[in-house]
Amino acid sequence: MGPGYVPLALGVVLAALGLATAVKAYVAPDPAPGAAPAGAVADAGVSDGPLDGPATDGGAADAEELDTRPLAGIQWRPTVGVFAAVTFFALTIDGLGLVPATFGTGLLAALARPGTHPVRALVIAVSLTLASWVIFVVLLQLRLALFGDWLGG
Amino acid sequence: MDLLDNLALGFSEALQWHNILFCLLGVALGTAVGVLPGIGPTATIALLLPITFGFDDPTSALIMLAGIYYGAQYGGSTTAILLNLPGESSAAVTAIDGHQMARAGRAGVALAVAALGSFVAGTVATVVLAVAAPPLARAALAFGAPEYFSLVVLGLIASIALASGSTLKALAMIVLGLLLGTIGQDLDTGTPRFTFGVRELYQGLSFVAVAVGVFGIAEILRNLHDPRTRTRMVSRVSKLWPSRSELRRIVGPVLRATGLGSLLGVLPGGGHVLAAYASYAVEKRVSRNPGEFGHGAIEGVAGPESANNAAAQTSFIPLLTLGLPAHPVMALMVGAFIIQGITPGPGVMTEQPALFWGLIASMWIGNVLLVLLNLPLIGLWVRMLSVPYSVLFPVIVVFACIGTYALGQNPYHVFAVAVFGVLGFVLVRTGCEPAPLLLGFVLGPLLEDNLRRALLISRGDPTVFVTRPISGVLLGLAVLALVVAVLPAIRRKRDVVFAEDE
Repeated sequence: MGPGYVPLALGVVLAALGLATAVKAYVAPDPAPGAAPAGAVADAGVSDGPLDGPATDGGAADAEELDTRPLAGIQWRPTVGVFAAVTFFALTIDGLGLVPATFGTGLLAALARPGTHPVRALVIAVSLTLASWVIFVVLLQLRLALFGDWLGG
Repeated sequence: MDLLDNLALGFSEALQWHNILFCLLGVALGTAVGVLPGIGPTATIALLLPITFGFDDPTSALIMLAGIYYGAQYGGSTTAILLNLPGESSAAVTAIDGHQMARAGRAGVALAVAALGSFVAGTVATVVLAVAAPPLARAALAFGAPEYFSLVVLGLIASIALASGSTLKALAMIVLGLLLGTIGQDLDTGTPRFTFGVRELYQGLSFVAVAVGVFGIAEILRNLHDPRTRTRMVSRVSKLWPSRSELRRIVGPVLRATGLGSLLGVLPGGGHVLAAYASYAVEKRVSRNPGEFGHGAIEGVAGPESANNAAAQTSFIPLLTLGLPAHPVMALMVGAFIIQGITPGPGVMTEQPALFWGLIASMWIGNVLLVLLNLPLIGLWVRMLSVPYSVLFPVIVVFACIGTYALGQNPYHVFAVAVFGVLGFVLVRTGCEPAPLLLGFVLGPLLEDNLRRALLISRGDPTVFVTRPISGVLLGLAVLALVVAVLPAIRRKRDVVFAEDE
């Protein structure tokens, strides 16, 4: 058994399960999450609002209703915002240091919520930067550069 | 009598007043850092361990460690319940029903039950340990590679019970988790797998990054997509304390989970994770209204938390005799032991009884102090839910980034958080649940390692899994569990029954 044995076996099983899921979606679709009687299908991970169609329904939804169809209702602002916030931290923590990275991440995250006023986001980001500095650098003595190499820190 | 002598020895070590003080300090620090949203137990312990390195007296250092351990664990359960942010594998089970309880305004009850269940389980498991340590140690040695493989398979199949949706998708999530677990260098040959030339992937994905992503970040995205995003996480907190009838409901689960946890904890590697998941599966099967699971069943919080804690106690047997840590948190603890001059090995229990039993006793004392310190504070933790969500979620994002980064000073792990956050959100949207995926990811390396070792020993003969009695029985149970889960007719009937119950 070489190093590729288990990954190959798992890959084949996963492909088979994926195929089965796809076939099942056409033949006997799951009741869409949230539409079924509470207790049968709805779970911790799914919105608890009413639903406007089975999961496979790709047609235009009633715009007034809460759209919980699996992928159609994904909004770009929170998704891109939160992804960008975390990615910003990953890209800048080594180069810029803790203070700019925390500030940028906090700002991007706060702005990810639709309807957040920029001033409010700014206040959140500044307080968060301060709080992170107090908790992690002052109290926990974490070895993190406040300002990184890119800033001559 | 051996048992009493052993415990008396341990407690005489651990019960000196300055040791208790250190333990209390450890519990307080562990809880304080552990409840920061986004900082899980692994990160908490990694952050606080260095404090104990400076101690001259190993007993004081160990007992403070015990305090930090319990404080961090409980802090992790707190964020799992309140914010759906489990920081380690077993807390992912607690989050399933605990968070639903919190959403229904019963956060205080969930936190109290978690603390009380852990305490009862920890106490019973300490006694079990004192009585049964030598035979348990022998039992653990009887488990060879084939038995481990079969046990892991059983654990994975049983975890389908975690998912309240489609069985097919739950299975697919398990396999996807297993596959993600193979990323990195192959253990035997060192061949890099799925790394695409990225050096940072050679060590595999970080568990913390995957967990924070698929649970924490995905939960944030889900909340932000809800146009009625609660300005307050939970508008009403009806009560803080479990009622008499609720207490009566958790007696059975706590006791069953304690037994299960004590047994599984003895198995080196992954025993405590399996214990938490197995306890959840058992309670769901045993329960008169299994439909409640996944929607805030109090048994779903009490069981796994107790099992986890019982297993944590008995996992000291393999930890100290074989040097095998059950999970990342324990691995950090081993590191701290070694710094204090305790090298895990077969002799510790017999050659250094004062140390072994002192450690066990200090773990129990850590547990007691935790309950004493935290029960009065539940009201304070619950207030975390009254922070406006627009403020709370940036805090979670930033702290999660710092916590994940601080673990290995590796920005790549933070990037993984972002990717798994979006992936987790898409999975949840498509009706696939992250809990089985996480279990597959945690147990994947164990599964592969034991499969290959078993086949190596048997010279490639796969019948070894069924001809060895323990392994055969475990695999038989796994097949049975799969049949029960997959048979759609049975499932549909069960769903109808649930619907009528409500």
